[in-house]
Amino acid sequence: MTGRPSSARPAATPAAGPREAAPIGAVHSWDTSVGVDGPGTRFVVFLAGCPLRCRYCHSPDTWYRRSGRTRTVDEVLAEVARYRRFIEVAGGGVTISGGEPLLQPRFTGEVLRRCHALGLHTALDTSGFLGVRADDALLDATDLVLLDIKAGNPVTYRRVTGTGRLAPTLRFARRLADRGTPIWIRYVLVPGLTDDADDVARVADVAAGLATVDRVEVLPFHRLGAHKYAELGLAFPLADTAPPSPELLARVRGQFAARGLTVT
Amino acid sequence: MTATEALHPWRGFRDGPWRETIDVADFVRHNHEPYLGDAAFLSGPTDRTRQVWGRLQAMFPEERRRGVYDVDAATPSTITSHGPGYIDRERELIVGLQTDAPLRRAIMPQGGLRMVETALRAYGREPDPDVHRIFTRYRRTHNDAVFDAYPEDVLRARRSHVITGLPDAYGRGRIIGDYRRVALYGVDRLIAERRAHKAALDDRPSTDEVIRDREELAEQIRALGELKEMAAAYGFDISRPAVTGQQAIQWLYFAYLAATKEQNGAAMSLGRTAGFVDVYLRRDLAEGRLDETAAQELVDDFVIKLRIIRFLRTPEYDQLFSGDPTWVTETLGGMDADGRPLVTRTAFRYLQTLYNLGPAPEPNLTVLWSPRLPDGFKRFCAQVSLDTSAIQYENDELIRPAYDDDTAIACCVSAMRVGRDMQFFGARANLAKALLYAINGGRDEVTGEQVAPPAPPVGGETLDYDEVLAAYDRTLDWLAETYVDALNVIHHQHDRYAYERLEMALHDHPVRRFMATGIAGLSVAVDSLSAIRYGRVKVLRDETGLAVDYAVEGEFPTYGNNDDRADELAVRLVETFAAKLRRQRTYRDAELTMSVLTITSNVVYGRHTGNTPDGRRAGEPFAPGANPMNGRDIHGLVAAALSVAKLPYDAARDGISLTGTVTPDGLGHTRQERITNLAGVLDGYTDAGGFHLNVNVLDRDTLVDAMAHPERYPQLTVRVSGYAVNFVRLTPEQQRDVISRTFHGSL
Repeated sequence: MTGRPSSARPAATPAAGPREAAPIGAVHSWDTSVGVDGPGTRFVVFLAGCPLRCRYCHSPDTWYRRSGRTRTVDEVLAEVARYRRFIEVAGGGVTISGGEPLLQPRFTGEVLRRCHALGLHTALDTSGFLGVRADDALLDATDLVLLDIKAGNPVTYRRVTGTGRLAPTLRFARRLADRGTPIWIRYVLVPGLTDDADDVARVADVAAGLATVDRVEVLPFHRLGAHKYAELGLAFPLADTAPPSPELLARVRGQFAARGLTVT
Repeated sequence: MTATEALHPWRGFRDGPWRETIDVADFVRHNHEPYLGDAAFLSGPTDRTRQVWGRLQAMFPEERRRGVYDVDAATPSTITSHGPGYIDRERELIVGLQTDAPLRRAIMPQGGLRMVETALRAYGREPDPDVHRIFTRYRRTHNDAVFDAYPEDVLRARRSHVITGLPDAYGRGRIIGDYRRVALYGVDRLIAERRAHKAALDDRPSTDEVIRDREELAEQIRALGELKEMAAAYGFDISRPAVTGQQAIQWLYFAYLAATKEQNGAAMSLGRTAGFVDVYLRRDLAEGRLDETAAQELVDDFVIKLRIIRFLRTPEYDQLFSGDPTWVTETLGGMDADGRPLVTRTAFRYLQTLYNLGPAPEPNLTVLWSPRLPDGFKRFCAQVSLDTSAIQYENDELIRPAYDDDTAIACCVSAMRVGRDMQFFGARANLAKALLYAINGGRDEVTGEQVAPPAPPVGGETLDYDEVLAAYDRTLDWLAETYVDALNVIHHQHDRYAYERLEMALHDHPVRRFMATGIAGLSVAVDSLSAIRYGRVKVLRDETGLAVDYAVEGEFPTYGNNDDRADELAVRLVETFAAKLRRQRTYRDAELTMSVLTITSNVVYGRHTGNTPDGRRAGEPFAPGANPMNGRDIHGLVAAALSVAKLPYDAARDGISLTGTVTPDGLGHTRQERITNLAGVLDGYTDAGGFHLNVNVLDRDTLVDAMAHPERYPQLTVRVSGYAVNFVRLTPEQQRDVISRTFHGSL
């Protein structure tokens, strides 16, 4: 059998009438989730393309823009519309994730702005590495930033991400705090990679110094994305790394909590 | 008893029409008081409760090992067939067992002797020769009578499994007596009311219908007399109304117990008792007769009894329905017609039994959900789901307008006004197999036998959507006619040979009747139609020309992703088949309803269905109920739920079932967040028009471990399509099905 079930929809009819060139996005997929991509029930748009190559990445299928489908903002909003009522009743919102959504700042900004105009809670899930590309209009339309601070010192950051630098993320974090944008810090805990107590302490210090951090999510490393590497013919760098022990998880969460942060 | 004899049973109750006519709904409406708070008032189990439950817990492993703990093979069960039985006579607060000992099962051969004898032999018992002689020589059974009257067309459809699970060899069940009537009015008042109905028929000419009604009323009166006799054997006079909460529970339990001694019904549901009992418990608390601990203790003891309702059934039957189901469904929550929540402290107390006694599949606690329910109750329900996976949810905003605010669920999803409606349970027709019949000109894809009327097979190398649809339409015409024909035979004979005397004595006269049909294989049929329409489906035929496999090319949308292209096919199929069914003439002019529910028979239906054009392989289980096919709903449970919510309740008034399994992490990071989020999802789903949701909050690892080490998980409860089962009592095949079913890791 070569046929397979698909969720691909035919392209929506473009809106009639002349309009300025609306941004086109490379969209990897969309999903619905509860309680894990921001508060409540979320409609999550995953954009394709990411400048980082995190060793623990569980979605290598979103690394390249070319692995996404070309979508207009209207098309994304048409999909959002199918969930709007549910989200309003259940409580929740829309999350733009990736990939790295700030690789496509115009498209991301427009989707956030349109969702925000509908009264939906909006969240931006980003590493902050490209935070400089987020203009104030984009952040005005963002109710919450899920900020993935991958490491507390530049060396570890480079080791985790392969291609990234820590400083842009820190600058972005401070900018968010200065403009009053709520932040949930995310920290992926990988034994042997991001579990060093001093590294964690640095991230915790950063988080504690940001006035708008509502919570810190310490996410235990998992290997659920390993099959994607296999499908893409890539080697999974952490194939032999085990998820963190409950003791390690408790220690790291404790490091954040000790600084008065809300940790989940 | 002496201390309470002087009390008036109705002291302190608010008046209403219920005093003059038998109308418990009116009584509840006038006397219930909504409880808007949280669960903080609840009490844990007392030592007494632990001791009584402990005695049974010590017996369960043996029962699980042997299949049945004990059977009385020589005494056909009636309301009065067995003397009193006790678990722990000194400690029990609510008494009464189906036989003279706990977990000792009774035989009920009126439904079918073969079922009884097969079951006995399967569990190493010899059938009793006297019973055999009586039920072969002197007394016909429902089972015999049905097979005398089935036409050949029905027999073929039954053999080929295009229609399955028919209640033609056992009790049909799904009838809920209004057991509360016994507590509120006492049996004598009910007998007087039946006599008046019967007398009113004396002036009417003796037609078939009138004769049948008179005979049924006479039987009902006799059954009520036996009910009094049964209670008297336990030392209770229930001719008079109950005067305390303990008596109210005891009276209504006696009535329910008598029903389970008379009928081995597929589902023996309890109704909607919590709000009723609450009126009595509230009065007792106000009078200082009880404190909260004692009130909870009464509810715990009642629920212990409901947990050990047992019927003797064959291993094949248990395989079809998983474990040992009784569907003692109790309906909680909901709103009343005036917009007040029907939530009481006693609804909380019923849920609390899942903590005090541990999780269990029975009673099948069912919450009628409305976004308007009080927050405290919503949160407690969500919490109980997180902790036990033992409750199911149905949409009060759909049920109340369609029925009324005193409606209960029978079995899994079948709504009926308590004491006003009954239904003729009709199992289900296999729509996926019917599609294969359409393609094959009425021949069975497994046996090659001509089952549906001969028609030209759909030709060509690639299936043409319009041609398939036209052939499917004709096949469904035949299926609807054959199916309802079978049900008419079954229920005519069930009324004659295995009539539910006591349950029907606790209904209004005349009663509204439903003919409750059902469908299986919806998602397989829909995805197959979608593949034919949006992809290209090539047919592979065997040497006789029979289409036995399909090659699908191209992508096609699948049901369960909130994609209208597929979902509209599902809506149309449900509406089309329901319309065809409604055109059939029904026994006793019952109103025809339809469900999209398989319980766990989705595994067995799948086993008997060949390769399907959606790419599903022969023998592979169907998805349960209205669920999307396993693994094809790729956008999370919310998207799947919104697809299911599109199925029109008006076309499927007997209920539409969705089972969702989610890991705890898939609901949020903290317990409080998970509770908030689950309650939010239930609000959203209800608001979207979704009818039913089973919520399992489980780790896949837990289930895998339970398969390997069942002894460590005696109470692990999993919800499957409309009710809950002990996971460790499922067959390995069903366990694998549950595990492989989409785990919405992120919901």
